[in-house]
Amino acid sequence: MATEPTTLSFGQPVKRKEDGRFIQGRGNYLDDIVLPKMIYMALVRSPYGHAKINNIDTSAALKVPGVKAVITAKELAGAGLDWMPTLAQDKQMVLAGGKVLFQYQEVAAVFADTREAAADGVAAVQVDYEPLQAVTDPYKAMAKDAPILRDDREKKTNHIWHYEVGDQKTTADALSGAPVKIKQMIRFPRCHPSPLEPCGCIADFNGGTGRLTFYVTSQAPHAHRTVISLVSKVPESNIRVVSPDIGGGFGNKVPVYPGYVCAIVGSLTLGVPVKWVESRTENLASTHFARDYWMETEIGATKDGKVTALKVSTVADHGAFDGAANPTKYPAGLFGICTGSYDFPTAFVEVDGYYTNKAPGGIAYRCSFRVTEAAYCIERAMDILADELKMDPVDLRRKNFIPKEKFPYPSATGWTYDSGDYEKTLDKALQTIDYKNLLKEQAEKRKRGELSGIGVSTFTEIVGAGPAHNFDILGIKMFDSAEIRVHPTGSALVRTGTKAQGQGHETTWAQIVAEELGLDVQNVLVEEGDTDTAPYGLGTYASRSTAVAGAAIAVAARKIREKAKHLAAHLLEANPDDIEWADYKFRVKGSPDRTKTMQEVAFAAYTNMPDDIEPGLEGVTYYNPPNLTFPNGAYICAVDIDRGTGAVSVRRFVAIDDCGNIINPMIVEGQIHGGLAEGFAIAFMQEIEYDEDGNNRTTNFTEYLVPSSFETPRWEVGNTVTPSPHHPLGTKGIGESPNVGSPAAFANAVVDALSPLGVRHVDIPLTREKIWKILREKGVTG
Amino acid sequence: MKHPVKITVNGTETAADVEPRQVLAYYLRDSGFTSVHIGCDSTSCGACTVIVDGQAVKSCTMFAVQADGKNVTTIEGLAQGGKLHPLQDAFHNEHGLQCGYCTPGMILSSLALLQRNPNPSEEEIRHGLSGNMCRCTGYQNIVKAVQSAAKELKGQQQPVSHEPAVSAAAGE
Repeated sequence: MATEPTTLSFGQPVKRKEDGRFIQGRGNYLDDIVLPKMIYMALVRSPYGHAKINNIDTSAALKVPGVKAVITAKELAGAGLDWMPTLAQDKQMVLAGGKVLFQYQEVAAVFADTREAAADGVAAVQVDYEPLQAVTDPYKAMAKDAPILRDDREKKTNHIWHYEVGDQKTTADALSGAPVKIKQMIRFPRCHPSPLEPCGCIADFNGGTGRLTFYVTSQAPHAHRTVISLVSKVPESNIRVVSPDIGGGFGNKVPVYPGYVCAIVGSLTLGVPVKWVESRTENLASTHFARDYWMETEIGATKDGKVTALKVSTVADHGAFDGAANPTKYPAGLFGICTGSYDFPTAFVEVDGYYTNKAPGGIAYRCSFRVTEAAYCIERAMDILADELKMDPVDLRRKNFIPKEKFPYPSATGWTYDSGDYEKTLDKALQTIDYKNLLKEQAEKRKRGELSGIGVSTFTEIVGAGPAHNFDILGIKMFDSAEIRVHPTGSALVRTGTKAQGQGHETTWAQIVAEELGLDVQNVLVEEGDTDTAPYGLGTYASRSTAVAGAAIAVAARKIREKAKHLAAHLLEANPDDIEWADYKFRVKGSPDRTKTMQEVAFAAYTNMPDDIEPGLEGVTYYNPPNLTFPNGAYICAVDIDRGTGAVSVRRFVAIDDCGNIINPMIVEGQIHGGLAEGFAIAFMQEIEYDEDGNNRTTNFTEYLVPSSFETPRWEVGNTVTPSPHHPLGTKGIGESPNVGSPAAFANAVVDALSPLGVRHVDIPLTREKIWKILREKGVTG
Repeated sequence: MKHPVKITVNGTETAADVEPRQVLAYYLRDSGFTSVHIGCDSTSCGACTVIVDGQAVKSCTMFAVQADGKNVTTIEGLAQGGKLHPLQDAFHNEHGLQCGYCTPGMILSSLALLQRNPNPSEEEIRHGLSGNMCRCTGYQNIVKAVQSAAKELKGQQQPVSHEPAVSAAAGE
């Protein structure tokens, strides 16, 4: 990884400061928190995908020893809490009233002294269901005779919204006139982020102080505080949200879940802390899913492979409630980025969302707001186009790359890409994997009848949500913030509106401050997650933290440095205009031996300040980014497929990422390794499957597969550096790039391996069974 | 109907009256050993891995009553006299953790692996840890950490023993 050896901290592979507690088993995760008088909550859930509720009988449950209370929608309705707003301008039942709309939907909450008593209480609740016909196929949901799932909505339809961007007419004309065309339905199946730690909370309403303290696995604690205030009517000043250590997020821990609201109601009603921690089955079956897009894709091109038009028409399956945590203007997220790395003169993208009897969601699993779907779509489609043109997929991509002279680049769907040098990244990937030899090797293997494939993905990411004029969640603009305080003895405290779930902020934020202020990174303490102390921010997801909060930290640090310069001038008895910051010290211009360190200045800020300067040394910034940032990558994958079993072996995987300047190369590599493993899982083994009666068939880790160290390939990673021109640190963000870019690399490699058999497209997941069936169909028996 | 059990954890005897259905993972957590994490409900993820009488065990799939009279090691008992175990140092040095949730189980499985096989190949490491799920790291740096610790431990060959902690710092 590229590093800057002459820097103090920025760019250095600083070992993580947060590791100490985790390697000693002293992490403070939600379920580790125990409060005096705390009781436990468990949820009754629907066994049916679609059913009327005729009656709920809680009498037997209330008799179970240890059970304190049971609530249903009836009790919540009194307080107007039976429904809650989602982050997609829809609403969702907190507890089912009248009917249930997906299997495992929340129906009642049981409060008891112990975990076991709560579970026993759940088993004793009797619900009289009358099953209804379930709809689990969005194409059936859109049919005229489909049962209407959401009778709470004004328009009696399963259609939620229509979104479109681009130029419909110009694109249609270009496609109809295109000498070469491809059209393919590309499916991105429903999957689920499943972080290792499930979701949970402790609601602690203190009747003495009138304050609600809400401990919760939340990637966005301030947003949660505001939503809870709006829903519960408790003033925000009386709500403290605390996100402790979080065991993985990946978008799963952004929404407000019904369990959270029930726990809060329980605590408000019973006056004791209420803990709710879900099981893995509950996590997989009821928390927000990811993807589930049906993308009908058309590309038009000239005979020599220049793309002329892109049209994507997508059906989005949103489950029973639209919970997709998207910025308000973008119900399909940033899916419009599907022109990708290519210079499409025209494009038209439309998405229609539908309700089905499945769990709610859509935005999750490192998706950057649907960029995973967009990148997969265009990268798969470009390979199909390459096949149609009988062109090498690398040559086709290179021919159509947005050339680096065209940046900032206005895309056909309205995005202005900040910077990129796609050829440089691609060339490094080709060189690292020795593409020429790989092709030679493949030709030799094919002569021997072996199924060998090479897959390329040259993707562009769009992260850093986002500029206020376009980005808000529930109306709250997507800025982020930093508050930095330098102590008299030269150490510092940084607080931001972000909340890491493993991304290493306690190290990387400290590195930024250490670099900007010439401090020792070990003496910069980072705090996130407590809304009583942290400045307001929109949290950590969609690879936005470095892009937005990282910028806020840099700007706040520079404010401190500006004030410190005046203090240094006072100490050096010089004019502030004659003071420069060089070599991590203040010095008098032209007199290099007249210097003051930041430590000396910090001490002076409390002990020796001039009359015209406020005491203390602090900087606060709320940063509204001027644009998003656009990382890119070039991934190349080589696979071999066993002719007898259909087993795919990933022989090599080279990932070259360009995320601009890098704060900590060690942490960036770790993010890439992890994201590639997720992309691998998605490509080969993950799908949340419902049968046509609405039964979820993949509700635990024996059915919904997570690869272990044994299946997971080795990754060869590297990078190029194309800084963001608008970011104060030139950084772009990296966390989601590997999950955005890799599924297509795997899929393209597998399809390439099967292409001698006449295969042009296979939908993921590329399970062994699916590949084996294709081989059998094509007459390959080993 | 509760049953009394006595389980030695990290060298110190613990005792409680437990329901027969209580699994060892919750017994340990409720006894204060919150390093034992719950990640699934199908004995698939390994986050709850502890060492019972020298063997790595998924503590969610063992009842507390089954552990009566046995010796259990959790990661809180790994450091000796305030000094971290080479595996703990290696996970830190090789960046073998991100969110930390799989880490206690992963380190204990690694310990059991290295005790069985002090000089494992990369494939043997990957196979040996295949019962421990990680969502963050992609496993690559975990493998490096185990390789690094194996080098450090070669020749040391001391079983994990439990001397009383002389300070409050280690194994609390």
